[in-house]
Amino acid sequence: MVNRIWSAFIIIGILFTLLTGQLELINKIILESTKSTFDLTVQIFPVIALWLGIMNIAQVSGLLKKISELISPYLGKLFPGIPKGHEALSLIASNIVINMFGLGNAATPFGLKAMQSLQELNDKKETASDSMVTFLIINTSGVTLIPTTVISMRMMYGSNHPTEIVLACILATVISSLSGIIIDYIIRKGGKGA
Amino acid sequence: MLNFLSELMIPLMVLFIVLYGINKKINVYDAFVNGSVESFKMILTIFPCILAMILGINIFLQSGILTGVLNLIRPFLLSLKVPVEIIPMALMRPISGNATLAILNNLLLEYGPDSLIGRLGSVIQGSTETTFYVLTLYFGSVGIKRIRHAMWTGLAVDLIGIISSIIIVLLFFGS
Repeated sequence: MVNRIWSAFIIIGILFTLLTGQLELINKIILESTKSTFDLTVQIFPVIALWLGIMNIAQVSGLLKKISELISPYLGKLFPGIPKGHEALSLIASNIVINMFGLGNAATPFGLKAMQSLQELNDKKETASDSMVTFLIINTSGVTLIPTTVISMRMMYGSNHPTEIVLACILATVISSLSGIIIDYIIRKGGKGA
Repeated sequence: MLNFLSELMIPLMVLFIVLYGINKKINVYDAFVNGSVESFKMILTIFPCILAMILGINIFLQSGILTGVLNLIRPFLLSLKVPVEIIPMALMRPISGNATLAILNNLLLEYGPDSLIGRLGSVIQGSTETTFYVLTLYFGSVGIKRIRHAMWTGLAVDLIGIISSIIIVLLFFGS
């Protein structure tokens, strides 16, 4: 899927610039992609290093396992493929909770670690497991309770009520996350029935 | 208040994890360093995914084709009473976080944060996620090639999120 979308992006984009005569622009875009990638990598590298360090303290001390056992009865229902008390659960929970607080950068390392943990449980290493798909659908639906970036941008532009949009954000995110979980559930059940 | 809670989150979490480790009598310093060293491996695995993604996204977005498509569907959206000023941001949202933030920045500057468009942009930004980025990065980092229904569901959920944002903002703040 990524393969097809990626090729489509490149083919459509290049053909469009060629047809509209923007030869100089397309050269610039292609070459500057490397610089953007480098900048992004340099930005997230230390963040990942920091949180993998902190996370490892939680792992070695047994805290992750403890949290997993505590949340298994609840989160386990969404992820029937993960054994009770498995560390993947607390990594997923950490990712979701940190995202809720609008701290996307700090959430990413936990999410990547959760994927590693889910991959260990996965039978077919090149195909996404049910748990992975469910986790990423929840993640991409943007479960944010406190949208910190937006609030600070609104403050910057002199809003009278920078936080007045919070309730609307929560409602919208609840609607989209729930529909994601429902769609995922229906597709999975449908797939098994067929 | 909410911001304060959010700012409290990271320091409290770090403090709690370190205290818990000390209480369990582990060497927290060694644990931190040993965990941190894994970041090199992680960054090496995700670097090619990020490069591929940025290349594809930049070619697609900066080619200007979205503006072309938008002009085509504008009359249809206007007839549905959708505030068209928000559409570029909505189209961009699943694909690129940076591009979306840049658009939101312009919207807030042009219309003001307390205008309908400003609020709508804020709600869309605050309630959705960069689906394409997350999927490529997360699946790429563990070498998953077949992602099944994750992409379509993710994009469908973004659409639902954006439509709900529009409806909710019109209900809350409309006219």
